[in-house]
Parts: sequence; structure tokens; C-alpha cells
Amino acid sequence: MRFSGLRILREGLSGNKGWTGHWRDPEPKAEYDAIIIGGGGHGLSTAYYLARNHGMRNIAVLEKGYLGGGNIGRNTTIVRANYFLEGNSQFYSHSLKLWEGLEEELNYNVMMSQRGVLMLCHSDGQRDAFARRGNAMLAQGDDAELLDTEGVRRLLPYLDFENTRFPIYGGLLHGRGGSARHDAVAWGYARGADQLGVDLIQQCEVTGIDIENGRVTGVQTTRGAIRAKKVGIVVAGRSSQVAAMAGMRLPIESHVLQAFVTEGLKPVIDHVVSFGMGHFYISQSDKGGLVFGGDLDFYASYAQRGNLPMKEHVMEAGMTLMPMIGKARVLRSWGGIMDMTPDGSPIIDRTETEGLFLNCGWCYGGFKAVPGSGYAFSHLMATGTPHDTAAAFRLDRFRTGRGLMDEEGTGAQHNLH
Amino acid sequence: MRIECPLCGARDRREFYYQGAALTRPAPDAGEAAWDDYMHLRDNPAGETRDLWQHEGGCGAWLVVTRDTVSHVITDVVLAADAKGAGA
Repeated sequence: MRFSGLRILREGLSGNKGWTGHWRDPEPKAEYDAIIIGGGGHGLSTAYYLARNHGMRNIAVLEKGYLGGGNIGRNTTIVRANYFLEGNSQFYSHSLKLWEGLEEELNYNVMMSQRGVLMLCHSDGQRDAFARRGNAMLAQGDDAELLDTEGVRRLLPYLDFENTRFPIYGGLLHGRGGSARHDAVAWGYARGADQLGVDLIQQCEVTGIDIENGRVTGVQTTRGAIRAKKVGIVVAGRSSQVAAMAGMRLPIESHVLQAFVTEGLKPVIDHVVSFGMGHFYISQSDKGGLVFGGDLDFYASYAQRGNLPMKEHVMEAGMTLMPMIGKARVLRSWGGIMDMTPDGSPIIDRTETEGLFLNCGWCYGGFKAVPGSGYAFSHLMATGTPHDTAAAFRLDRFRTGRGLMDEEGTGAQHNLH
Repeated sequence: MRIECPLCGARDRREFYYQGAALTRPAPDAGEAAWDDYMHLRDNPAGETRDLWQHEGGCGAWLVVTRDTVSHVITDVVLAADAKGAGA
């Protein structure tokens, strides 16, 4: 089934009875060429690109719940390529280019909206840092524009420019950044992978990883044993548990990150805006809800819900920056499990077990990486060599100290990101 | 979330600084693997865990908190100084 304007017209005139399911619900086979553990955004995009770029069709995605039921369905949907460090910069640049072609690629409306990401600065030092970051982004071939106070005022007249404690000095505008519909990204990749013959197997929890003589031979699941010579672990917040099945301990701590959404409002916030003097960023969904979030709660958690202090901080920061949102009522808040690495950058690498690959450590920035991550991880799984854009995402960088990518410059230590 | 400081009583989470898993510090000459383990690698359990917290906004004491990472229920808080002999 392909989506098109004509098809919508035809279905509209015939009672919408011709639409079919987006993917099959297959029984697991006894053996696949490759298995991907985890049916979230990264796992599904990995499956799609394995089939599409590398011609591997006999592959399966194993998901313990339902497709897209984890962080891909509970994030704040920001897409951007405004990283500074070598290693991160080229990866996110590539991922953004994939985002820009994603709807045509998948024949699926992921509601990609390049409305612009504006990071605000509130001191000379921050402005200098943004100038430097903007130059790095331009050098990478992406877009960046440094705005002064008046430039910000023209775009966002509703900010509190009179705030004496946190004056707005300007901002760094990344025009190609924006947001996309999070569920649709998962569904689009799932449908694309299914159409290329990938088996998407839900309600199938991996309970063990079979290893013989240092080589992976398959997995044990709640729906029986499945053999495979290549297995990719793409399970975000649960990475430590799944890696432990292969005898590994990872440089990962799982933390809770909260987000919030208000009732639907008329269009009022046209961009993605982030405050520079507190942890707060916001955008408005196409449905009208203000979607906003802040920083981690900063303690290890799998609860998928946070505590009140961070809610208070986020609301305070929001009210400081844009008092006009004070009358909007918050409808919901939620928390996701973030797989935090010591330096805040991800891991896409081989493991010591032959045929076992690891994709994790996306911290609180995994959504924008979904296309690039799948692209690079599928390349690694298919060819055994890292993709150029993700060669720096090495698992051993913490042990060796070489190639750490500490984007925030706070130190490569667990409780600092 | 409230944490029961052995010295000050139950206090709001805002008063505490979170350090991370309560681990035994290796000897200076323990070698690269032991230090990599201590600095970076984590059990990261979904369930009971022992963390180091500091009562930063109170008495300043370092605490070993036994906590469930899934339910956020705290079952035990002891002074890190007392726990040290027990391997924290």
C-alpha cells in the first residue's frame, strides 16, 4: 500500500474501506541472518537501512512490548544538527540530511517541520560560545545565524526582554532544525522495513543471548530460541540489562528525563526555543499543545516518571523566559529512561563477542539521531566496519580516554551530563 | 522524594546531591581495568541499588542510600563513614 493524494481521494469517496495494516504480524522463524533487539526508533531504522542499503532481507526486529512504545513515543521531537565537536558534528549533520528526505524515502508523512531551532544567550561569554559553535556548524556545512537582541525580538516578540537578571543578548538560529511527529517516524520506518521483508516481532522479549566460542549464535526469547550470526542491541534505557545477558557491563547509567505538554492552543510559538540560563526548551505541536522539557532529574531511575523539583525548575525557567505561557494549563507530564554515557555522547560499536553489536548511550538526544543511527549501525552490522559518520562513537573511548566527546565540557564522568 | 538523613531526619530531595553508585574505590596501583570499572562501568540495576548522596543543603554528610530505581522507594540510609567498612 502506497500513500498518495489520489489514494486519499479515492478512499475518502469509498468510505475508507481500502486501507490495510501497515505491517504484518509474523511468527518468529527459527533462524535469521541478523536480529535487532529493540523495536524503537533506532532499531526500526536500523532494520530499514539493513534491508534497503545492504540487501539483507532475512532479518527480524524483536520488541518486548509494541513497536515504538518506548522513548520514540515519549520525547519532545526536536530535530537539529547544531553540535560542536568533531565526531558528533558530522553524524548529526548526516542525520539531518536524512530527515530532510525522509518523507519521500518512506512514503510516509512524518510531519517534518523545519521551523528553526533558536538557542538563546544571556551573557557575553555565552554569545562568544555560540559564535564559535555557529562557525563549527557552518564549517560542517550546516546552517547557523547569530542573532543580536533585536534579531531575536523580531522573531520572538513575546519573550521577556525586560528581565534584569537574565537579559537576552541574542541567540543562535539553526533554520533547518525543527520538529517531526515522533510516532510517525517509528511507524514509517516499521512500514518501510516490513515492505522490504523484515519480520517485526512484537511481544517477544529477549531473555538470553547465546554465545559459543566468542561468537554470537542467537537469542533466547519468550517466544522461543532464534538463531542468528549477527545480533544488534538497540534498547536505549535497558541497554545494561540486555548487555548483561552477553556478560558485559556498560558505561551507562539510566536516568529519568521529564517532559510536559499543555492543552491545545492557537499557534503562538513558531520555533523551537531554548533558554540559556536554566533548563527549559519549548515548541508547539501541530495539535496546539506546548511541548516543553528540561534537564534530567539527576539520579538513576527506571520509573518513567520524575519528581517535583525538576518540574518546578522547568516551570520557573519557562515563566522567566516567556511569562505569556503562565495561563496555559499543563495536561500531562511523563518521563523516559535515558541511557546516559559518561561523556554525553553515544556508542555505536562492535563488542568483544563476534557478531554482537551495540547501539546505545543516546542520553537525552536520541530522537534527532534516529535516521543517522540506523544508517550507521546497519552499515556496521552488514559490513563489520564503522560508517564514516559514526566512527567516533567507540565503546572503548572511556577506558582509553582517547576520543571522548564531552559536548558540554563538564568532564567525562557519570553524574555530570 | 524525601531522604531520611541519619543526622537530620527526613528532608526534601532538593537538599541532596547525587553522586552515583556506591562503589569501592580501587587502590591507586590497581591497574587500568579496575579503574575503568570504577570510573565508567555500571551494573545500572532496574531494581535495588546503592547510591552515594550528599546532604549538601544540610549537615554535609555523605550517605549510602539503598533505593529501588523502578519504584523510587528508599529502604535504607546510612552514613557513608559507617558503611565504609562494609565495602561502600
